[in-house]
Amino acid sequence: MASETHNAADAAASAPGLPQLNFDHFGNQIFWLLVTLVVIYFVLSRVALPRIAAVLAERQGTITNDLAAAEDLKAKAVEAEEAYNKALADARSEAQTIVNAAKAEIKADLDKAIAKADAEIAAKTAEGEKKIAEIRANALVSVKEVANDTTGEIVTALGGKADKRTVTAAVTARMKG
Amino acid sequence: MATETHGADQGGLVFHPMDQFIVKPLFGDGPVGLFTLTNVTLWMALTVLAIFALLVLGTSGRATIPSRVQSVAELVYDFIRKMVEDVAGKDALVFFPYIMTLFLFILFANFLGLLPMAFTTTSHIAVTAVMAVMVFLTVTIVGFVKHGFGFLGLFWVSSAPLALRPVLALIEVISYFVRPVSHSIRLAGNMMAGHAVVKVFAAFAPMILISTGIGLVVTPLSILAISTIYALEVLVAFIQAYVFTILTCVYLKDALHPSH
Repeated sequence: MASETHNAADAAASAPGLPQLNFDHFGNQIFWLLVTLVVIYFVLSRVALPRIAAVLAERQGTITNDLAAAEDLKAKAVEAEEAYNKALADARSEAQTIVNAAKAEIKADLDKAIAKADAEIAAKTAEGEKKIAEIRANALVSVKEVANDTTGEIVTALGGKADKRTVTAAVTARMKG
Repeated sequence: MATETHGADQGGLVFHPMDQFIVKPLFGDGPVGLFTLTNVTLWMALTVLAIFALLVLGTSGRATIPSRVQSVAELVYDFIRKMVEDVAGKDALVFFPYIMTLFLFILFANFLGLLPMAFTTTSHIAVTAVMAVMVFLTVTIVGFVKHGFGFLGLFWVSSAPLALRPVLALIEVISYFVRPVSHSIRLAGNMMAGHAVVKVFAAFAPMILISTGIGLVVTPLSILAISTIYALEVLVAFIQAYVFTILTCVYLKDALHPSH
């Protein structure tokens, strides 16, 4: 160790080699060590360790409770979501029903109106056709008369003798052709 | 560090790496008796105070959401409790306060010893040997109380061939009695060596005051070395406390469950 220049006083302090092997000090160190260990042991076993154990247990309890509460809330949320989905589906199907009913009603109304309109159109058509037929008939009669008159006149003018019956017969025959 | 003035009369470098381990009375210069207040007393008292501050004052809030100090205290608690339970088994938890005492004392003595000018109580074989012997006696007594002479089965390796068993038993007995020796010397040796090395490098640091030329190289190098060794020592301080504790748990396991 201190092999160089120490004087007598230094030699007294550091001469006996390792201070660790100076047996004169062992008693002192061991005494104070035992005192220290006993003090630490009592501080730990009476105060510190039970307190920390209690804190840890309490925390564990709190965590467990909170987890359970969270589980509950989660279940509730799932339930609420299911209820919401069900309500949504119900509302949808109800809406579908209403739409279908409305569609059917409208269709019925429409069909009725169309049928009525068809009937009216048919009636009007029939009437129109009747009128056209009438007009045509009238027109034919008029044409015949005019043709008879004209034919008679023409025959007379040409110097023949207009026999009314003959003329009429001739005109009728012609008109048929 | 440089306050030691032994041999400064020559102006050379001063090497007294072991002076830091000398047990001195706190007051006066008298002889060291059994109850004398010494630097040992002082640093052990500081150890107690540090443990008290961490584990009692630190947890005084008893908060469910811990403060920083409280969470460190809980971390230490959990660390040692888990170690006892995992290594020595659930029935070893009765010894948990005892093992916690050893761990905390060694840990804080090691760390406090790293403060400049500090005295490292755990660097003394007298201190570590007492703890190792305490562990040894505890393990032996618990073993015999729990298992009677069945505890001797620890030395009888029943899985070995019959012819080898007496030889193995002899080796096992020797290794059993060597345990407290290695247990104590490991801790004291590690502490002493690291601190002595730091001191040796520290003695080189004032080289620049003696010779500027050499000092320009040696002084920065020695300061770097001090820092590096110091960092290593911080690691060693924890590891040695850990090793001492886990070996205690391993020995305790032998006492509680002696079958191989």
